[in-house]
Parts: sequence; C-alpha cells; structure tokens
Amino acid sequence: MAISSDPKKVTRICFDRIEIPNQNKLDVARENGAYKFLPTVLKTFDADKIIDEMKTSGLRGRGGAGFPTGLKWSFVPRNTGKPTYLLCNADEGEPGTFKDRDIMRFDPHLLIEGMIMAGFALGVKDAYIYIRGEFLAEANVLNEAIAEAYAANLLGEKILGTDYSMNLTVHRGAGAYVCGEETALIESLEGRAGRPRFKPPFPAVEGFYQCPTVVNNVETLSTVPAILEHGGEWHAAIGRPNSAGCKLFSVSGHVNKPGNYEVPMGTTLRDLIENHCGGLQHGTVPKAIIPGGSSTPWLMAEHYDVPLTYDDIMEAGSFLGSGAIIVMDETADVVALTRRLSHFYAHESCGQCTPCREGTGWIERVMNRVDGGQGCEGDMKVLEEAAEHMAGRTICALAEGGAAPILSMLKHFPDEVRAKLKESSQ
Amino acid sequence: MSAVENTSPQFSAERLDEIKALVARYPAARSALLPVLHMAQEDFGYLSMDVQKLVAETLDLHLMAVREVVTFYTMFREKPCGTYLLEVCTNAGCMLNGADDLVRHLCDKLDIKVGQTTPDGMFTVTEVECAGACAGAPVVQVNNVYHEKATAESMDALITQVRAGGDA
Repeated sequence: MAISSDPKKVTRICFDRIEIPNQNKLDVARENGAYKFLPTVLKTFDADKIIDEMKTSGLRGRGGAGFPTGLKWSFVPRNTGKPTYLLCNADEGEPGTFKDRDIMRFDPHLLIEGMIMAGFALGVKDAYIYIRGEFLAEANVLNEAIAEAYAANLLGEKILGTDYSMNLTVHRGAGAYVCGEETALIESLEGRAGRPRFKPPFPAVEGFYQCPTVVNNVETLSTVPAILEHGGEWHAAIGRPNSAGCKLFSVSGHVNKPGNYEVPMGTTLRDLIENHCGGLQHGTVPKAIIPGGSSTPWLMAEHYDVPLTYDDIMEAGSFLGSGAIIVMDETADVVALTRRLSHFYAHESCGQCTPCREGTGWIERVMNRVDGGQGCEGDMKVLEEAAEHMAGRTICALAEGGAAPILSMLKHFPDEVRAKLKESSQ
Repeated sequence: MSAVENTSPQFSAERLDEIKALVARYPAARSALLPVLHMAQEDFGYLSMDVQKLVAETLDLHLMAVREVVTFYTMFREKPCGTYLLEVCTNAGCMLNGADDLVRHLCDKLDIKVGQTTPDGMFTVTEVECAGACAGAPVVQVNNVYHEKATAESMDALITQVRAGGDA
C-alpha cells in the first residue's frame, strides 16, 4: 500500500496503513513501506532542504495550536554548542482526543520514522516520546517497536551506515493534563511538577535543560515521512489553502460510530458525522458540537455545514484544536456536562497562576450549585465574570480552556441554566 | 545476608540495573524521577514515605523534590488501594455515554463510595479524567488495562470472575 503521489487522490496520510494487522511489527511495517524513503533522506537531503519542504508543505501542528511546523523547526538556532532535543508530545489528554493513541499502538514505526527524519533535520542526538502515563499498553508497543528499530540499525549509532546517530526513549507521564502544554511537558521531563514556563524564551531557543528543543505532536511527526517522500508541494495541494493536508478527527459523544477518522481538510462537519460516524444517536441535527477538544467554544446546529479547516472553524467562533469533536444530540444535559468540565479544569489547574487556580475552583463550586438546583440568577453573572477574568491572564491556555464551556453554555443555553436554578430565585 | 534485618524498602538488584540504564538515557538523573516512581509503585504497591525516601536516595535527589512530584501527579498513590483499582472515566465523552450510571452501579454493587476500597481489600473505585479513549466510552481502567464500552454487566462479570479467583 502506498499513498498516491497525486494529491487529488489522497484521502489519508497518517492512517494509510492503520488497519494492516501487525503493522506494529518491523517486518510487516517494512513490507508496507515503512522506512523505505529514510535512506534517501539521510543520504541525499540536508537540514535546509528538509525544513524548506516542511515550510512548503503548509503542515500545521496537529496537537492543537496549529503552528506551522517548518517555521517552528526554522527557529532552532544552529551551532550553539549545546545539544538540540526533539520531544514528541504524546500526552494526549484534551478531553475528546484519542487519535495519537491509535498511531502509537497500530503504526508506531510511522512515528519513529518521522522522528528520525525530524531529528536528522534538527541535528538531534537524543529524542524522547513523552506519553501520558495511562497509555501503558501503548508505551509497551512503542518500546517493542523501538527495540526492533535499534536492532535493525534504524536507531542508535550511525543509522543505516550514515554518520547520523539518534537515540529514542519513551517517557511516561503520570496523570496531569497540563503536561500537554509544551513547557510543562519539558518541566515534567526534567523530573518536576508540570508547571508551564513563561515564554519567551521559547523552547526552540531554551527548552529541555535550557537547550534548543522542538516539541511536536505525534500526528505532526507522523506526517513527516509522507511529506519528505512526496514533497512539500504535494502536501500543500491536499486539503485547503492555509489548512493543508489530511487531519485525524476523534469523534465521540452522541454519534453511532464514534472513532478516529482521517479526512482531507475542508471536509464538512456534517459529512464527517453523517457519512463517516453513522449520524447522531437521536434526532437529525446536533444540539451542540465541541469541535477541537473540551477547551474550544461550542458550535451549534447552524454550523453543521462548516468545512473543517482552521479558518472556517475560527470564523464560526471556535478552533480546530486537536480535532477532537464531541457531539451532543438533543438528549444532552449541557449544564451537567459543563459542570463536569468545570471539575476537570479545577482538578487539572497546576495552581501557579492565581486567576486560573482561584477561577477554575470558583467556577466549579458555582456550577455544582447551579447543576444541583441550588443556584440563583446572580450565579450566571458570577460565572460569566469569573470566566472572562481568567482568559488571557495566565501563563498557559488552561484557564482559557476552562472558560470556554462556561461562556458557551451561558451564550447558547441560558434558558437551560435558568431552568435549573432554585425555584425561589426564578 | 547481613545479620541485621533491614526493614526499609529496597529495590532489587535487577531494578537497580534497570534504573542505572534509564538514568544514562537522560542529560540528568532527575529526569528519571517519574519513570522510577512508576517502578517503585509497581514494586511496592504505593509510594509510602519510606519508598519516596528510597527513590530520593537512589536518584540522589532531595526528598522534597520527590514529594513535589508525587503530590502533583494523580497516578502516584501515597496510600494503598485495592488489589483491583477500577478507574472510571467520567469526563465528557464517557459522561454522554452513561459513565455516571456506571459509577453508581459499581459503588452500589461493591457497597462503597467513590475513592473507597472494599473491606476485603479487593476493589477500589475512583473517577478519573479523560482516559483518551472516547470512542470506547465509557472507559474503565482496571489496574491500568483499558476496558472500553464498559457496561454494568461487563463490570459485574469482571467482579465475579476476580472474586472466583480469576484474572481481571
């Protein structure tokens, strides 16, 4: 199986080989094209060419922020005398996101190959995969795949007889959502509590142990082999302008066939849900859709035909994020869901910024009261003010994520909130 | 064997070799703290203060550096739990697919509250944040093994099987 060199015919990239049984085994993966193009990259490409191809490709970081990958790589200073590190962010914790898990457990060699190529471009000697602690089975699959890759001289000293050497280590987290934020991830990898750092300095300049560091998501790195084999222009021609390529969408909630689906960017939300996910469990239009993980503002039924691109979703008032689509049909209790999410953000706040530590806790307590039928009209104002005063006032984006469901609930479903208030206050 | 019995926890010789090899993979030993705590929890069941001291000594860190990490990450436990730890995800995707009912069912069935352990020490039930497997909602991790699309029936069967001496 191979991905078409005609961009118009490409419908999947990262998941091209995902259904092949035993694709996690090196011999099977190689039969199906893994590492086929790697010798060409190591022997005939150089850093400038790879970074140029990545820039041309239009690939944007698939972890949520959507920052152009080639540009990120170009920020790494060279000849600093310090080592450069490559960290794969596999701390998949944004509620609703479960795409990276499938790459790691079903096609780990795709990620490893992408990391070797990225590491070669960046002059990396030591690379790490920071995987969330709960993904023990996935970490074991990765470790077996890495051991096979070492034995085949695809990792370690003088890879495939070239002068390039790279080590790759799987590092398990231990249950902290905030470690998905890249500077918190670095803190955690240094053996500390995962508290995000001020930026600047950005990790590209001062990251892991104050050395130049690139942090990329699993899906991002897994897209690199196809881009280098077929060229940046090939990738740029897939999907839509400014939203090049295909994207993995993790669809969950009230759909008949929840799961991971890779589609070209620009596919509509309706197409994805109706034609890939078997439609809604109840009714014909969604009550609300969270398009990019729980930290992104909700979309409504009127947005059902939005094309899944960074720009179109932003125009609709939200973010593509990690591509985690949580679907709520007419049976959803949006107030209860918001109460549950407010608990999540309060629990996961690292506590170093006061607006987030106090704000998420306050919101959780008020939401418990409101959802429990003990709220009053004034609580709606409290929630709105608390949410608005967290966003943009903290080191990382966790507080903004915590504000999103509150503001969405108040904006789109004020009557459902009022219906739960204490009778005496209505 | 030494004449004096040492009652404080010790890593086995194999574990110490493993830790030494692990430390060599990082720029500094401190980076091995999370993985070594995972190993310690696997070896000793939970991270008592004595175990945390052992980890601190093994990696040549201050005890406070270890404490900071143990208390920050939810997977590290300072108290023992049941032989079978049932961690039910109740975040968005699982909640929309019946996770709250499942938690209630498990607690009723085992006659405990969330966070408690059955008197025979067999089961602990907790709620956890998004497990990252929402297509399989609701998800229950049983000793870190994912059970997806869990139902009251499938959990009852698991409990019966374990109580009869089988594996989860």
